[in-house]
Amino acid sequence: MATEVLMPALSPTMTEGKIARWLKSEGESVRAGDVLAEIETDKATMEVEAIDEGVLAKIVIPEGTEHVAVNTPIAVIAENGEEAGAAENIAPASRAPQETPVKAPRPSPPPATSTITQRAVPPETEYTGKTRTMTVREALRDAMVEEMRRDDTVFLIGEEVAEYQGAYKISQGLLEEFGARRVIDTPITEQGFTGLGVGAGFAGLRPIVEFMTFNFAMQAIDQIINSAGKTRYMSGGQMSCPIVFRGPNGIAARVAAQHSQCYASWYAHCPGLKVVAPYTGADHKGLLKSAIRDPNPVVFLEHELVYGESFAVPDDPEFIVPIGRARIARPGEHVTITAFSRMVKLAMQAAEELQKAGISAEIIDLRTLRPFDVETVVASVKKTNRIVAVEEGWPFAGIGSELAAIMMEECFDWLDAPVKRVAGKDVPLPYAANLERLAVPQVEDIVAAAREVAYR
Amino acid sequence: MAVKRKSDSVKFADLGVSQQELLRYYGDMLLIRRFEERAGQMYGMGLIGGFCHLYIGQEAVVVGMQAALKEGDTIVTSYRDHGHMLAAGMDPKGVMAELTGRRSGYSHGKGGSMHMFSREKNFFGGHGIVGAQVPIGTGLAFAHHYRGNGLICVTYLGDGAINQGQVYESFNMAALWKLPVVYAIENNRYGMGTSIDRASARTDLFHRGMAYGIPGEQVDGMNVLAIYEAGLAAAEHARSGQGPIILEMMTYRYRGHSMSDPAKYRTRDEVNRMRTEHDPIEQVRHRLLEDGANEAQLKQIEGEVRDRVAEAAQFAQDSPEPDPAELWTDVLAEA
Ligand SMILES: Cc1ncc(C[n+]2csc(CCOP(=O)(O)OP(=O)(O)O)c2C)c(N)n1
Ligand SMILES: [Mg+2]
Repeated sequence: MATEVLMPALSPTMTEGKIARWLKSEGESVRAGDVLAEIETDKATMEVEAIDEGVLAKIVIPEGTEHVAVNTPIAVIAENGEEAGAAENIAPASRAPQETPVKAPRPSPPPATSTITQRAVPPETEYTGKTRTMTVREALRDAMVEEMRRDDTVFLIGEEVAEYQGAYKISQGLLEEFGARRVIDTPITEQGFTGLGVGAGFAGLRPIVEFMTFNFAMQAIDQIINSAGKTRYMSGGQMSCPIVFRGPNGIAARVAAQHSQCYASWYAHCPGLKVVAPYTGADHKGLLKSAIRDPNPVVFLEHELVYGESFAVPDDPEFIVPIGRARIARPGEHVTITAFSRMVKLAMQAAEELQKAGISAEIIDLRTLRPFDVETVVASVKKTNRIVAVEEGWPFAGIGSELAAIMMEECFDWLDAPVKRVAGKDVPLPYAANLERLAVPQVEDIVAAAREVAYR
Repeated sequence: MAVKRKSDSVKFADLGVSQQELLRYYGDMLLIRRFEERAGQMYGMGLIGGFCHLYIGQEAVVVGMQAALKEGDTIVTSYRDHGHMLAAGMDPKGVMAELTGRRSGYSHGKGGSMHMFSREKNFFGGHGIVGAQVPIGTGLAFAHHYRGNGLICVTYLGDGAINQGQVYESFNMAALWKLPVVYAIENNRYGMGTSIDRASARTDLFHRGMAYGIPGEQVDGMNVLAIYEAGLAAAEHARSGQGPIILEMMTYRYRGHSMSDPAKYRTRDEVNRMRTEHDPIEQVRHRLLEDGANEAQLKQIEGEVRDRVAEAAQFAQDSPEPDPAELWTDVLAEA
């Protein structure tokens, strides 16, 4: 039986090509791998090899022919020992895909949309149990301790997390309680230990990867986004990576540009990740526990300047805060102010100032940036008709920009003033004390922005 | 620490590999060869899109290594992954249907040639970023170590990938913590169009773990039994708590880097010489005939392989494209 040689597609974009040269002539025998012809594609000159052995029975398209469409028969190969005339007796090579549906291997999924907003966030039950006053630092540690007691697959890995007790003293006492098997000091090797964590996550463990600060996670961002974030999708849901990437994000105090950056919008941009940036002690604890239990990769953004702040924190080891819900930190009437992480504190202070001027601000602590709680913000703006979006990071393509877009889409007819952003200045963060202060949002910036949109 | 170079042929009988097993290796390698040839054809017909990296020429590496593994051992590799999946026992139908982007593919059409996985066969991908699979494989080994389950991970990487920084970050951690991992470098002499001597200051890659005390061995990667032998010893090394080990498989890819390779960086002569003098499948075929296997046995295997590949190709064309609603699924797991 003779077979047709079809004009092959030799690049992802090729639709037609030129037969530059035939290297075999009719009647010549060919072996698998022999070059039959040279073809000019849209990108390069490429060789077409014989797939099977046989005799080149007929050249259908002569050399020099241009614009030969992909899949056009260009030659006929006869099996060895076949009559040359066998070229007449051709088995047509299969061509276009035939859509004879086979039984679907899995049922059609229910219609869904993007994961920017959460589909079903579990309700947040009001906590009425005992609380203890503690710092955010201690709340984070307690969250890890409780989850590590609960589940042996949870472990903490990062630089200085064990013997040093944490570069920012978050993991105090963990090595003593859980030992070196589960509290693991790494070399300074961000891409390596992040990828290692991702691999362990694929294998069903629940790593907590601590970055000394998120600035250093840039060395590992490929593993966070490409490996942890995308593999579930690329595997058709077969693979999961239950992993937490945590550490301080944003500015610190006088450490200059390379050590001071907010990565919230970087990670929140990416489907496949969840992104959390809490402010209060209870939220740090409750959200970190949720993050550890979550079957997805969670980027957990902390803030060095918040670690030492004290809050009343629930004592119950079953207390958790669901990922995906914003929190009304202070109800108000005249203007909505959104913030996350340390900026919540400044927004609360701004609200006090505004109150003195007779402006009642509603402060929304976003807490989770992906999935984003559109509902809570929209409900607030429909009441106040004004919004100021505060963040420490740069303004361009930031969380505030996203909020402005959401407002256009969801609240256009409710807005009485343009959306106002308060963000870090568009410069690498300077070292000098006065310049640093100028570069980072201050309470007075928030107050001024709120007054501007309130026209007061 | 031992760093040895080995390329002379192995006395097969000494390895205790029966003719039965050798026939199986022959069939497994042939399946990969024929599968890849068919994938190349289907690419040419426009049935497969994007990047498609064929494994033709390198079949002995994965078949020899797989034979050295135990149930539960894990595997991870790069985008040149079809051979690894077939060797791991994944269904050619599901692999081919993924190549054609259909719903019956291993990733339901969402991963393509470079991104497939099988939890069942302990195959952890299929990764498109050169070198990224190396810390991931080290993490799989970490998980074996953490669980104390006596299993190992084989992490495959190319001669191009070997120059990525994260490879050495992984070597260091694996040696430091004595993780049960075999790093199998598939040295096919080229990373895309860059030959190894244009990319690597030292081209003997089995030395690359030396700074970390990781032993390395160079293996004739065209000889399935040499690979099996080296693989057994390496697996035993990793399994017994001695930490990582490197195998440098000296191999060769006959086809272009991907389907759109103009092949200007090497001569056809070079390719032909490897093909005619070192072909891994031909070597086993000869060995089998010398050892008294008959043509009929081989013909039967060849026929079975041809049928399996034809069936996979048909399946991959008949399977429908993914349901449009699949666009939105599998981004996140439900908490
Ligand atoms: C980080 C990264 N850089 C570049 C590429 C593009 N690329 C894909 S394969 C490849 C060559 C890799 O060669 P090697 O590791 O020897 O593997 P082989 O293709 O020979 O199997 C390159 C440069 C990539 N996928 N990822
Ligand atoms: Mg290579």
